[in-house]
Amino acid sequence: MSDEHEPLAGDLLVILRHAPHGSSWLREGLDVALVAAAFGTEVSLLFMGEGVTALVEDQTAGALGQKGTAPTLEMLEMYDIETLWVEAEALSRFGLDADELMLAPRALEAGAIAEAVRKHPRVLTF
Amino acid sequence: MRYAILLMGSPYSDQASHSALRFARALLARGHRLEAVFFYHDGVYNAARLSAPPQDEPHLADGWVALHEEQGVALQVCIAAALRRGLMDEREAARHGKAGHSVEAPFELTGVGQLVDLSQRCDRLVTFGP
Repeated sequence: MSDEHEPLAGDLLVILRHAPHGSSWLREGLDVALVAAAFGTEVSLLFMGEGVTALVEDQTAGALGQKGTAPTLEMLEMYDIETLWVEAEALSRFGLDADELMLAPRALEAGAIAEAVRKHPRVLTF
Repeated sequence: MRYAILLMGSPYSDQASHSALRFARALLARGHRLEAVFFYHDGVYNAARLSAPPQDEPHLADGWVALHEEQGVALQVCIAAALRRGLMDEREAARHGKAGHSVEAPFELTGVGQLVDLSQRCDRLVTFGP
């Protein structure tokens, strides 16, 4: 499933499985990714399930008055987090296309996700 | 092996805290070392000083304290997750102008950097969540 030009490896894989506005999971998961990156860890981010909706364009703070996660996502590059993956099956379930998401993530099929998990010594799931 | 635990479940609401405490006991019984428990997300409620469960239920907060006293396990609470949820030690209470405090030693308020550090220097970091 992997291609030779972009290995599915890294130091720390952070898996984000929750939508942005209904709970604090996504925000708290992203916080861990940012801190790890600031510590010099090579972080890969994988958005799975409802987590893929975090990457839908043009999100604002929303009715709950919380900060939202889009501004945090826009900071990922500044932290050198450049490996962004989304679960292909979740994209089709939500009727999304990787091309229309922010930050140009790469869609991974189930086999590639398994490989990514295997190739990271550390995996944290939020 | 050297272990660390990441606990993200609220005590008594989810199984996660009970399972984490039992896992901690089991690995110590097998001769492993538990460096620290890191409390994050709703897991920070495990550090609530004022928790008072019925006497015929396991007292989770006391269970964590016992681990610290018997085995020197560090009890690290994410400060950002804790403050939002009303959990703070005397120092933070003073800083925020609050009349009381809800976290006390051996629980320590610390940053997510400690979690990253644990994941790097322990052989295993095991997550318990809801």
